[in-house]
Amino acid sequence: MAFSLTRAAPALTLLALLGPVAAGLAGTLAPAFGLMPALGGTEASLDPFRALLGWPGLPRAATLSLFTGLAATLVSLALTVLICAGWQGTRAFAALERALSPLLSVPHAAAAFGLAFLIAPSGWIARLIALPLGWERPPDVLILQDPWGLSLIAGLVVKEMPFLLLMTLAALPALRPAQSLATAQALGYGRVTAWFKVILPRLYPQVRLPVYAVLAFSVSVVDVAMILGPGTPPPLAVQVLKWMNDPDLAMRFRAAAGALLLLALTLAALLLWRGGEIALARLSARWLVAGGRGHAERMLRGLGLGLGALSAALVLLGLVGLAAWSFAGLWRFPELLPQGWTLRSWMRHGPELLALFGQTLLIAATSSGIAMILTTACLEAEQRHGLRPGTRALWLLYLPLLVPQIAFLPGLQVAGLLTGLDGTLAAVIAVHVVFVLPYAFLSLSDPYRALDPRYAAVAHALGRGPSATFWRVRLPMLLRPWLTAAAVSAAVSVGQYLPTLLIGGGRVPTLTTEALALASGGDRRVIGVTALAQTSAAFLSFALALLIPALAWRNRRGMRHG
Amino acid sequence: MDKGLVFDHLRIAHHGAALLALDATVAPGEVLTVMGPSGSGKSTLLAAIIGTLAPGFTLSGRITLDGTEITRLPPEQRRTGILFQDELLFPHLSVGGNLGFGLPPRLRGRARREKIDAALRDIGLEGFAKRDPATLSGGQKARVALMRMLLAEPRALLLDEPFSKLDAARRGQIRALVFERARAQGLPVLLVTHDPEDAAAAGGRVITLG
Amino acid sequence: MIRRPMRNWLPLGLAATLAVTTPTLALAEADPADWDAVVAEAEGQTVYWNAWGGAENVNAFIDWIGALAQDEYGVTLEHVKLSDTAEAVSRVLAEKSAGKDDGGAIDLIWINGENFAAMKRQGLLYGPWSEALPNWQLTDPEANAALTADFTVPTEGLESPWGMAQLVFYHDTARLPEPPRSMAALADWAAQNPGRFTYPQPPDFLGSTFLKQALIELTPDTGALSQPVDEADYEAATAPLWDWLDALTPNLWRQGKAYPQNAQRMIQLMADSEIDIGFEFNPNAASNAIANFQLPDTVRSFVLEGGSLGNASFVAIPYNANAKAGAMVIANLLLSPQAQARMASPDELGFGTVLAMDELSDAEVRLFDEIPVGIATLTPEELGPTLPEPHPSWMEKLEEDWTARYGVAP
Repeated sequence: MAFSLTRAAPALTLLALLGPVAAGLAGTLAPAFGLMPALGGTEASLDPFRALLGWPGLPRAATLSLFTGLAATLVSLALTVLICAGWQGTRAFAALERALSPLLSVPHAAAAFGLAFLIAPSGWIARLIALPLGWERPPDVLILQDPWGLSLIAGLVVKEMPFLLLMTLAALPALRPAQSLATAQALGYGRVTAWFKVILPRLYPQVRLPVYAVLAFSVSVVDVAMILGPGTPPPLAVQVLKWMNDPDLAMRFRAAAGALLLLALTLAALLLWRGGEIALARLSARWLVAGGRGHAERMLRGLGLGLGALSAALVLLGLVGLAAWSFAGLWRFPELLPQGWTLRSWMRHGPELLALFGQTLLIAATSSGIAMILTTACLEAEQRHGLRPGTRALWLLYLPLLVPQIAFLPGLQVAGLLTGLDGTLAAVIAVHVVFVLPYAFLSLSDPYRALDPRYAAVAHALGRGPSATFWRVRLPMLLRPWLTAAAVSAAVSVGQYLPTLLIGGGRVPTLTTEALALASGGDRRVIGVTALAQTSAAFLSFALALLIPALAWRNRRGMRHG
Repeated sequence: MDKGLVFDHLRIAHHGAALLALDATVAPGEVLTVMGPSGSGKSTLLAAIIGTLAPGFTLSGRITLDGTEITRLPPEQRRTGILFQDELLFPHLSVGGNLGFGLPPRLRGRARREKIDAALRDIGLEGFAKRDPATLSGGQKARVALMRMLLAEPRALLLDEPFSKLDAARRGQIRALVFERARAQGLPVLLVTHDPEDAAAAGGRVITLG
Repeated sequence: MIRRPMRNWLPLGLAATLAVTTPTLALAEADPADWDAVVAEAEGQTVYWNAWGGAENVNAFIDWIGALAQDEYGVTLEHVKLSDTAEAVSRVLAEKSAGKDDGGAIDLIWINGENFAAMKRQGLLYGPWSEALPNWQLTDPEANAALTADFTVPTEGLESPWGMAQLVFYHDTARLPEPPRSMAALADWAAQNPGRFTYPQPPDFLGSTFLKQALIELTPDTGALSQPVDEADYEAATAPLWDWLDALTPNLWRQGKAYPQNAQRMIQLMADSEIDIGFEFNPNAASNAIANFQLPDTVRSFVLEGGSLGNASFVAIPYNANAKAGAMVIANLLLSPQAQARMASPDELGFGTVLAMDELSDAEVRLFDEIPVGIATLTPEELGPTLPEPHPSWMEKLEEDWTARYGVAP
């Protein structure tokens, strides 16, 4: 790393992120106002918005997007907080922590498919009941695709909760929760109440940005919504994608207008959430010091652990279900297991997926490597020059997470073509960096800032310059969180579908583009194979992130819980 | 020629508000004790000397060490050794690795290893080179931290309440060791503490801030 | 994301009124009339064929074509697997927006109907070229109007056909021995067996096709359907359809509060015993599903009385394709008797051939005679007549009205 560049790093990073987003947004803004010369749109007009408002499903689709997004975020956060409050520092918590990596490795769509197979009226859980009751046919009840989007919310929660938990775990050590908790408990506060009163108010500001990222993602999610969400009408993001893919190319204008509305909805959701934060802070100000020592502690602890375990179990069991499907012959309702087992699905699709493993990992390693270098350089700049990006600049860093992908990817594709970069491996890696970098920053910034600055002071006092201090003190001491951040980044890269396809022009296939194309045939056997292949690629990076520090620090007790 | 650590009209302000002012000379082998309640600027003074003042603080006047002004030097060129309340042994390095970290690079290979072994012998930890610092007792850690700093050949010694975490039996022992080494090497010592006992043991002048 | 290309197939019996009009696009390069030059230029080229990747048998067939092209012409074929044909259309559109008028990333697209109409209207296709392919001589466009008019839109040599398909229903004989064989009978059966039938949600292509099939059976005057919708009495023509749907909807799977998104979801619902009747725009769908262990071997196909909608599948070359000569070689290969016979086999794709048997040599005809019959595939006789597709404007209006009536209310 060229550390003469650390001063320039923050500016460079913002440029790498904002350039593509701005170019992409411009490419959506123009058609939303009727401008798209390639389709004969040469005059600005409001017709796309009129067409959008004329669509009868709009009020409900928009409401649905807002409701499912807010509800999924609220439940994920509540669950995360409840688990930490009740169990942090216990063995149950450690078990849940160990389940985190696999939970994070499962792609959203795969988790949604797995969940669907568990909870559908003809799914695994129903089959458990069907056998003793002698059902030959599943009950005709609306569980999946319910009009309120409850199964969609569940599908989002099981994936977002682990992410928030990971972010919380990264932020917690700096707050020295054990000391605060012990102090409050010594004053007679129950464990959960103590946690809510002395840790949460300090923790929340640290995890606010990840929460906003979850909110923006949930409002604009497409793949999970297509599998679990309602269809009459679907959430707005799904409908925008449908218009975007409509054979009638004139629909592109309406799609662009819809994408802008989706962006506005996302901002509205964020503002609503922010309003809720302020209101809650006001309301709770008195509660915090009113002296209540807590009640229903046992129930809250039980609830936290129960729901947390259920959420983890749904993802892992869903994955087991998909694994079973990948080896299944004929498997009908109400059979608990397939009538026959076969390797055929793996023989058919395994080789082609295996062939893409190398390219996928190359892209993931390079893009997450670049993202980690930029992130580390920014954080080093902060340490060395006090170049802490202002709150405003920091917001910009998370723009790729907050702006719905469908609102700027089509524009980005055109930008890629204009620069002549598109269709190359380099372009795909560059666009992955845009999506990976915010996650790298989210994951690494807390541990980085939390490292005791006196270690650096000692190193300086011992005559070591900034470079040696970084390489020989800060980086090794932060090896574990650094690798975790790299693993999160690599997993994000592995999961990119639309950016890879749009910028790669179909010439840079990855495990995920192949998996989604194969899975579009809808056969659960194929979905099982592809989901396992994707999960294993992402899991590989998490496994390395666990294994490397464990090996490197096997004789260093002080590094075991970094 | 001013040997030792000199504070020449040192003034530190925080966002324009005056925080502390100091004019003093600490001769080689002498101990200057700085006392004062929390928030009186003791840590800020240390940060100013070692060069890690946070943005927002402004400094005027000069700090010189053996006649060289160090105020404008980067931290790593000031050669001001410091011991904190916590030992801050690098948890990812072995005991020998921590000592090696302090040792200047001109010693190489066998000579380097021998120097480290000798240093360990010197503090009664012979054969501890490969040990994980996390397995040491509090007193052992304190000795390693002191030796690590001395191996870096500092020209002054700064102590930030380094004995407050040790139990009563160890405290006197380590304190004696630190002052004895500092005197033996002719280092000016600046001790920041709450503890009047530390001040008494140091035996030098006492300045109270705040 | 589980979608497949909008596969819009042209009615076979379409009147010849929509015959080929004079091609307007000039050929700048790769003139198929000089086939030897095309073949020479194609050698060494890499052709990126963007085609839906969701069906194993299609992927395998494309691989096989690729191997053949490599052996015989030195053309490398790369199958760019899509989850939706619209992705390829978007790509060409983006390239045009960026002014990338040559060296485009796509050389060949599997395309039909609405996607073709849109790309043709926007000038995104290369050509004409398809009717100058050597193997075009083996087809009989006079007898099979579907080859030159895609969804009533004249192909004008801008796309080359490679397979025929038709709307076919399937049922599990173990659960439902005697399926209803008309739309009226289907509604009656659903009333007695509520929750056992559904259709993909329009504007999914298959769902819209189901609406059109029902409209043809129920409308008082089928003649009106061949005119643009605003020239006909739309209210009168569609009133019976809406009445029928109003009666059917409460008896649908999930009372019509949810619909499967596409044909693939419907097969899954059938496998899960959620529904008893399904349908696909592929006569071989049930046999394929049985071969893939998706459905039990007690499933059989059937068609409705009075005929079913049907049309052809095409490949087209984008206006800015990089390897146009190579793409033509592939299109021509797809029309070869060898490839067509393989495609028509139920063990491969089971699509109908686009070739005319009386244009082939005896040896070539034998290739087709030797094709085995799939376990749940109907013979051409059993498949019955194909119905003329309504004017495309009907489909747009039907989709719009269906969404307003059933698609936006929970």
